[in-house]
Amino acid sequence: MPDTIKSIAIIGATSAIAEHCARLWVKDSAVNLVLVGRNLAKTEKVAADLRVRSPQSTIRSLAGDFIDPLAIRQLVANITSEGSPDIVLIAHGSLPDQIQCQQDLSANHEALAINGVSPVLFAEAFISPMQQANHGTLAIIGSVAGDRGRKSNYVYGAAKGLVTRYAQGLQHRLAKTQVKVVLVKPGPTDTPMTAQLKQQGGKLANVEDVAQAIVKGIGQGKPVVYTPAKWALIMMAIRHLPRMLFNKLDI
Amino acid sequence: MAAISSWGRLGRWEHEVQALTGQEHIIRQLKNGRPGIAHGMGRSYGDVCLNPNGILWDTTKLDHFIRFDENTGRLHCEAGVLLRDIQRLFIPRGWILPVTPGTQFITVGGAIANDVHGKNHHVSGSFGDHIRQLTLIRSDSPPISCGPGLEPDWFAATVGGFGLTGIITEAEIQLRRVPGPWLATETLPYNSLAEFFSLADASETGWEHTVSWLDCLHSKSVRGLFMRGNPTPLALSHGPSSRKLAMPFVPPVSLVNPLSLPVLNTGYFHLKKRDSGQRLVQYEAFFYPLDNLLDWNRMYGPKGFFQYQSVVPRPVGFDAVQAMLKEIAKSGEGSFLAVLKTFGDRKPVGMMSFPQPGVTLALDFPNQGQRTHKLFGKLDAIVREAGGRIYLAKDARMPRDLFIAGYPRLSEFLQYRDPGMSSALSRRLIGE
Ligand SMILES: Cc1cc2nc3c(=O)[nH]c(=O)nc-3n(C[C@H](O)[C@H](O)[C@H](O)COP(=O)(O)OP(=O)(O)OC[C@H]3O[C@@H](n4cnc5c(N)ncnc54)[C@H](O)[C@@H]3O)c2cc1C
Ligand SMILES: NC(=O)c1ccc[n+]([C@@H]2O[C@H](COP(=O)([O-])OP(=O)(O)OC[C@H]3O[C@@H](n4cnc5c(N)ncnc54)[C@H](OP(=O)(O)O)[C@@H]3O)[C@@H](O)[C@H]2O)c1
Repeated sequence: MPDTIKSIAIIGATSAIAEHCARLWVKDSAVNLVLVGRNLAKTEKVAADLRVRSPQSTIRSLAGDFIDPLAIRQLVANITSEGSPDIVLIAHGSLPDQIQCQQDLSANHEALAINGVSPVLFAEAFISPMQQANHGTLAIIGSVAGDRGRKSNYVYGAAKGLVTRYAQGLQHRLAKTQVKVVLVKPGPTDTPMTAQLKQQGGKLANVEDVAQAIVKGIGQGKPVVYTPAKWALIMMAIRHLPRMLFNKLDI
Repeated sequence: MAAISSWGRLGRWEHEVQALTGQEHIIRQLKNGRPGIAHGMGRSYGDVCLNPNGILWDTTKLDHFIRFDENTGRLHCEAGVLLRDIQRLFIPRGWILPVTPGTQFITVGGAIANDVHGKNHHVSGSFGDHIRQLTLIRSDSPPISCGPGLEPDWFAATVGGFGLTGIITEAEIQLRRVPGPWLATETLPYNSLAEFFSLADASETGWEHTVSWLDCLHSKSVRGLFMRGNPTPLALSHGPSSRKLAMPFVPPVSLVNPLSLPVLNTGYFHLKKRDSGQRLVQYEAFFYPLDNLLDWNRMYGPKGFFQYQSVVPRPVGFDAVQAMLKEIAKSGEGSFLAVLKTFGDRKPVGMMSFPQPGVTLALDFPNQGQRTHKLFGKLDAIVREAGGRIYLAKDARMPRDLFIAGYPRLSEFLQYRDPGMSSALSRRLIGE
């Protein structure tokens, strides 16, 4: 029995998308879960919920620094000291105000750091022990916004583009191993991050459905998971739109 | 701004929707000065969960479980948790919600605020009877914890208080032991109101759940199907069906109309009559027969529909129900899915709770404008005369005097109102 218990680490575990993935993971069997957030009380609230859902699982919550490279290295070393996880999900991110990022370079820097640099440093820190164990799946949440820069959110989009290239690189590096890297690209989803969009009446995907697709994609070790799936087509069209046409779009 | 409607789809109104998350955040949100109203799953039919051009506090992200005690069955959770999630998680562990309405797509907060009832009122009362404690955040005071033994007045005001006493953020619910997900049920056709009442009386002991479906179009006499059930350790091999049908679009006119109704009702009657007798039924099929038909409310077309649910005291119940059915038959406004059931002889928990000892009749009517309102006027007169009341969770139109007559504890209740809470219904019936 013990060797069938999956071990899972979630970075940015208070994210609504990550939380719903965790709910699915604990649903069918006991798991060994480590939750990392920037705020311990908030992370612990997520842990308490999951413990009610799955009393037989072991759930630990940790607070961490998401920016400092040394702190990230240390946190990941702590998590992997008892073995490299079966699944790692890197989920944190925040939707910045584009105009503010254009006017205030500190805000711009912060947005690039938390959406781009931070997740790839976590990925880099986890991937070595995983490669050594020659086992496991690392999933990282990018975004459809990373597929092509647009005036309404290119700061966020550029950071997500960094995540995209980094994931591709890791996939290339690990192609001959058993380790899988999954790049998740959600479309607009109903979570606290998009509360503003929702207020403006935007159409948002259901977070439970998005989580379902992510958990399934991770289970299958798919290289790229667009969710909802229709975004694969939409983004293909947008990526290939000739610049002349693209520049006329008010998006 | 986002366009929001409630379950009756009588209209879509612009709202400023604000998601509620952590406690400190909520305290700040309520202090911003403009009144608003809590909105759970919007499964109420009328305007109790709406506040056109104002703020709606969306509670559905308050969806965390906090603690569960496997020995006592006490569940502590946030108010946006869905009844569906409680049932799915705890029934396999031997615990069930002691009271559940006819849909599981509602929040714990919505269930408390309307003090909802199920098919087992005669045994278990209403939802509020099983709340041990709740946390209320108000715009004008620090958070309040209350329960039957702690600040009982705040508790009695908040249970059934339709969102006007503040935002419920957390609740402790006493679950009940259950042997499994199956119910042993029996369906019995009846052919008169007298027969319904004698079945209801005979089932009060020995049956936990009772409800009946009534064909109010059948001109010659009343006919219906009486359903009753008990939890059972017996089981069939197949689990809950996950098959869902959805109403894919809003038809241009109501699919429920004078031409289709007799066919629908007769069809349903015979379909269900086929199932008469004793059967084992899985809990989702028994409690939530409509939940598998997602968005069924769309079949009433773009004008939406009303539900008219009243309760009248038992001594006048027979006459009042008969008089209402007669008015409906006379008007030619049929109702698909009329539900008739008795409430037990229990004191309601909340000052404004709907259930009272007697008999409750719930009818759906497509919105036909004046014609429909004319019929409602006649039904109101019968309810008023009988000393009954109309359910706020379903109402979009009752006149103020009927509200005041039906809810005698109104002025006591208003002392507990949070001035920061206001809904379309509160303005319509209370004036602010
Ligand atoms: C198919 C169907 C069957 C039904 N069957 C039954 C039945 O058998 N018995 C029955 O009693 N009802 C029944 N109902 C009605 C339904 O149970 C109630 O309307 C319920 O209150 C809806 O809950 P909600 O989460 O959707 O809340 P909403 O409809 O969004 O809100 C309902 C009220 O609760 C308040 N509220 C919601 N959350 C909070 C909170 N956190 N704090 C304070 N106030 C809050 C709102 O302000 C509003 O006044 C049925 C409805 C449908 C659609
Ligand atoms: N929702 C969408 O429409 C959408 C679309 C495409 C991609 N995504 C991506 O999906 C992922 C999950 O987002 P979500 O929708 O679930 O949003 P969410 O619920 O708002 O979660 C955001 C997460 O990021 C964390 N976070 C934000 N800023 C941080 C910072 N400076 N330092 C550390 N942690 C920080 C948050 O922590 P706290 O809880 O402590 O605030 C939270 O865990 C993100 O990477 C997001 O970019 C979302």
